Amino acid sequence: MSVLVDDDTRVVVQGITGGEGKFHAEQMIEYGTNVVAGAVPGKGGQEAAGVPVYDTVHEAVEEENADTSVIFVPPAFAGDAIFEALDSELDLAVAITEGIPTQDMAKVNKRLSETDTRLIGPNCPGLITPGEAKLGILPGNIFSDGKVGLVSRSGTLTYQVVDNLTNRGIGQTTAIGIGGDPIIGTDFVDALELFENDDETEAIVMCGEIGGEDEEEAAAFIDEHVDTPVAGFIAGRTAPPGKRMGHAGAIVSGSGTGTAESKISALNDAGVPVGDTPEEVADHIEEFLG
Amino acid sequence: MKLHEYQAKQVFADAGVPTPSSQLASDVDGVLTAAEEIGYPVAVKAQVQVGGRGKAGGIELVENDEEAREAAESIIGMDLKGYHVGQVLVEGAVDFTDELYVGITMDRGEGKPVAMVSTKGGVNIEEVAEEDPDAIAREHIDPAFGMHPFQARKAVYDAGVDKSVANDVASVLTTLYDLWESRDGSDAEINPLMVTADDEVIAADAVMNIDEDALFRQPELAEMEEEAASGGDELEQKADEYGFDYVRLEGNVGIIGNGAGLVMTTLDLVDYYGGEPANFLDVGGGAKAERIANALDMVFSDDNVDSVVFNIFGGITRGDEVAKGINEALEQFDEIPKPVVVRLAGTNWEEGMEILNEDLVTVEQTLEDAVQRTVEYAEEVNE
Repeated sequence: MSVLVDDDTRVVVQGITGGEGKFHAEQMIEYGTNVVAGAVPGKGGQEAAGVPVYDTVHEAVEEENADTSVIFVPPAFAGDAIFEALDSELDLAVAITEGIPTQDMAKVNKRLSETDTRLIGPNCPGLITPGEAKLGILPGNIFSDGKVGLVSRSGTLTYQVVDNLTNRGIGQTTAIGIGGDPIIGTDFVDALELFENDDETEAIVMCGEIGGEDEEEAAAFIDEHVDTPVAGFIAGRTAPPGKRMGHAGAIVSGSGTGTAESKISALNDAGVPVGDTPEEVADHIEEFLG
Repeated sequence: MKLHEYQAKQVFADAGVPTPSSQLASDVDGVLTAAEEIGYPVAVKAQVQVGGRGKAGGIELVENDEEAREAAESIIGMDLKGYHVGQVLVEGAVDFTDELYVGITMDRGEGKPVAMVSTKGGVNIEEVAEEDPDAIAREHIDPAFGMHPFQARKAVYDAGVDKSVANDVASVLTTLYDLWESRDGSDAEINPLMVTADDEVIAADAVMNIDEDALFRQPELAEMEEEAASGGDELEQKADEYGFDYVRLEGNVGIIGNGAGLVMTTLDLVDYYGGEPANFLDVGGGAKAERIANALDMVFSDDNVDSVVFNIFGGITRGDEVAKGINEALEQFDEIPKPVVVRLAGTNWEEGMEILNEDLVTVEQTLEDAVQRTVEYAEEVNE
């Protein structure tokens, strides 16, 4: 079984005629993802990456029964693109775009709470169920089908950890990149809940980083509600306070919250071993799987 | 992006927030002229982007020409926590009876803006937040509607602000929210908001941080950014020009990678294996050869760096482009200035390994090996 996506998922790509949108739509199709349409205002009637393009997401839903959107729209218009996906009552919207203004995301977040659509991202690599479907920009070839669920705030760190797992012959049920922005849709708790309820996921990797309190909340949730063994990794132990380390969300405030230390100790208290290196994370997972 | 105090004050004053009269100066004569026009006593305040300016000797209250000259001479040109002070704000001193704090920020946990008011102004508000959280009244704002006037009043009354100035403080808070929203602020703060014996409120400091991702729709503030950036760390300025996410650190191991999480992890591993990171440098996604060469140029320009690790896990980024850029950057040297260790994985890594000139770099297959090798190189330099 898979989490959130499978080979029946019907995908519309918003921004499919742009450079990134077209390239990654082709990559997704090549991987086996069921991309059924594109949506780009003013480009309706054209074709891109071998699928029909519509002016609106609503049309893509009506004509092609799209139920999921992957968004490759430039930051200035991406907030509006997410609103459009929500208004089209899709099951799932995955926003890849990096650099959406935070106030736009606050408004999206408000609307999101009034809909049944699940949002992943923004500023994320997307998600993949190896062998079935990938939504986003993850390099499909490093993933393999297996029993580990993976959730991460960082794209390239996801690749690193997956590589450590795959090299040992440990495959994944689904890997979800939730994104490194201060305001995101699906968070650690949501993803952990999905993996906990998935029969095939036998162990979970959770990759966090400095900034915010999401990892602490996740630790509390694991303590209460998660029986599946979880191994963690926290990036940014060496980050100085007050400096933004790349991700808009990765900043340790002056008062000492959001540090790697507080996150690691919260996870440890919840029984989650946290690796010092990605290789150590793989060690823990190997132990869990026996 | 953080505005200088004088810039933020201008933005606040233009919107109707009362501020003391002030002038910017960059030399002793400028300070004396400004002080004369404003009238003593005045404060001479270093315009640099760091907190705790007062404690670090960057703010002096002066009563006459002699003191003003001394303050100007000591502050202009000083090194304040690593930042060169090029300009000072000369500002009329305010005779106050109370100091308040007002601020707007994004509560990322709630995904909503929050307005904050406290009667414990004039001190480090983050310490107040930690030691006495109840001393700060908080009101969450619906980002779709904006702040209702009643919410501003509620925050002000909840904080226990004296009734004689409550309406004025609420009005300042409302203005601050409108500015925060319309200018894409990430934080907007006044600390202290001074209350005078005549029950007037005056913003004695001004903090405005702008969401960098929104600068495309804030052209006026984007211009200010260029001014604000001057006087900062030279390497960080260079990184701005190249468009890198870069943070300078204290150590001697240079680090270049793609993706914030992976670069942070590389820093952590350098530390784990006994080295000290010299920087955080994220080339971002899909970097082409020129960008990779620029990244090497950046790290080589840091005199503290003794060795460099390149850690690339390609998704969007392609290994062949990375290898081309490394070759380009290194082939111009007769002798490579600092040893470079390269680890390539992911998209097109094999093509990259074929292109990479292995006479110029040390290649390692895994992240762990690459970091350990780089730390060893740095240690050898210091033996």
